[in-house]
Amino acid sequence: MSGASHDRPADRQGEAPIIELIDVDKWYGPFQVLRGINLAVGRGQRFVICGPSGSGKSTLIRCINRLEEHQRGRIVVDGVELTSDLKQIEHVRREVGMVFQHFNLFPHLTVLENCTLAPIWVRKMAKAEAEKLAMQYLERVRIPEQAGKYPGQLSGGQQQRVAIARALCMNPKIMLFDEPTSALDPEMIKEVLDVMVELAESGMTMLVVTHEMGFARTVADQILFMDQGEIVEQSDAETFFTHPRSERTKAFLSQILHN
Amino acid sequence: MATAARAPSSPPPRSTRGALGWLRANLFGDLKSTILTVLALALIVTALPPLVRWAITDAVWGAVGPDVCRKADGACWAFIHEKYRLILFGRFPYDEQWRPLVGMIVLIGVLAVSCDRRFWRPWLGAVWIAGFAVFFGLLWGGFLGMSFVETRLWGGLTLTLILSFVGIGVSFPVSIVLALGRRSHMPVVRALSVVYIELIRGVPLVSLLFMASFMLPLFFPVGVNVNALLRAQIAIILFTSAYLAEIVRGGLQAIPRGQYEAAEALGLGYWLRMRKIILPQAIRTVIPPIVNSFISLFKDTSLVAIVSLTDLMLATRQAIADPNWRAYFIEGYIFIALIYFAFCFFMSKYSQYLERQGRTGHLRARDMA
Repeated sequence: MSGASHDRPADRQGEAPIIELIDVDKWYGPFQVLRGINLAVGRGQRFVICGPSGSGKSTLIRCINRLEEHQRGRIVVDGVELTSDLKQIEHVRREVGMVFQHFNLFPHLTVLENCTLAPIWVRKMAKAEAEKLAMQYLERVRIPEQAGKYPGQLSGGQQQRVAIARALCMNPKIMLFDEPTSALDPEMIKEVLDVMVELAESGMTMLVVTHEMGFARTVADQILFMDQGEIVEQSDAETFFTHPRSERTKAFLSQILHN
Repeated sequence: MATAARAPSSPPPRSTRGALGWLRANLFGDLKSTILTVLALALIVTALPPLVRWAITDAVWGAVGPDVCRKADGACWAFIHEKYRLILFGRFPYDEQWRPLVGMIVLIGVLAVSCDRRFWRPWLGAVWIAGFAVFFGLLWGGFLGMSFVETRLWGGLTLTLILSFVGIGVSFPVSIVLALGRRSHMPVVRALSVVYIELIRGVPLVSLLFMASFMLPLFFPVGVNVNALLRAQIAIILFTSAYLAEIVRGGLQAIPRGQYEAAEALGLGYWLRMRKIILPQAIRTVIPPIVNSFISLFKDTSLVAIVSLTDLMLATRQAIADPNWRAYFIEGYIFIALIYFAFCFFMSKYSQYLERQGRTGHLRARDMA
């Protein structure tokens, strides 16, 4: 299990980070949700973001593919700065896959069509090629036999694995996970986490908002703890769990590990 | 198999099964429904035989004159026999009436083909365009030895079908654009859509028809003469698209935010998101009110009579105006009521079929897109 965390290609010196946030601030109306966020994620690194609800962790990763707009500071993803320029936003979105808490599969399309839609229409891939690619990823998330079904016919865990396959079909350089297991029944959490661990082992750059501390310990290079819109603490997994620095982190950990 | 181990389930109680069970559940469940059932039966028994006698057994059929009808007790279907060509084709030259007939058969044929979802492919659009080309080619004529027939001579059911088919075909796409416009982030586009929708919805169709017929020509440059049929058609399209736009907007609002976000996160641009993800789902949820609007439109075409277009309704009134047959207006109205009903009932049934397909999840996105 722990083999994955020793392999850290991103620690190579001198390489520019694939995601960089510099002094990012964001408000919802008068309420500040992100305060002076600075973050640099290297190619192939796995970041886990945790923190109490309302701490801004979902907002943070949603800023990275511009589902949310930041109002101050800079966000650079894969060498492209996110501004109001639609071309650049769509470029970034092509390279960044996202998995949502509520799966957000397209209910009117089959599993296979969910996976092939973006490759065909955005990447301009031939249909047969896209289907081959989709089946490859559906096999990887272990549900190729469901390809012809509609999302409504699948369990939550299966739907979330389809959502992961759908994002992977765009061959993204980065994968964002926004509480991917929070809406799942307990018995389905493992099947989704297993897929995510495998993905991490394959060297994918990942940002994961989650409360699954077991997963964080297994795959995270870095763990961020956020509270009230700030990154309170950032450290490697070992340090984070054994020697948390701030009191807020300690309080959070004692609550979450207790349950 | 695991299911074999399950305890056998017992059948439901006898009294709820079979024809007797159905009767008991639906017609004689308690005292009140028993009374209502008996009353309804009594009504049917007293009303049905006279109706059958009037409409069928005592009725006058075939090619006979009004004098025969005057002596009979039943309906005078001879009136329909005498006037059906006026009702179906208006004042289209009598010897050329095979042209609108073939045209209507072509249009209805294309409609029938379109009902089968297996044929919902891009080429179906081309089939419709070809169908309309054949239809209008036949009506206008002026080639292949067919004489040219002005649109003011078009009429009857032919005209009603033109107004409703073209009305539906054009106003539906226009309404989608309007609905998207009303939800646009661009202030000018949004304002234009809102103003259009609110202005048109605030005005009765009758006044729109008048304006299109009498005011619109004032705005055209001198010498440009848009014909009366086209002006009425434009009024119907303007009116229907405003209503449909609000229905489509309702459907758009029913789509969860997550669907937009998932589509955005995959890198789909605005038009792709709408075409492939949002609209197919949105339109499916509003099939019943959309078809409701189509049915309204079909019947509202009868209002074009006020700008002197001879649609199915006005053609029938002209048929009744014949002094020889004036007494048989009921037969005339029953005849066109059946025609209106046939089209509307078909639309209603087809909408139910589409809804059922949607529920089982087999209605495919590419079919709608």
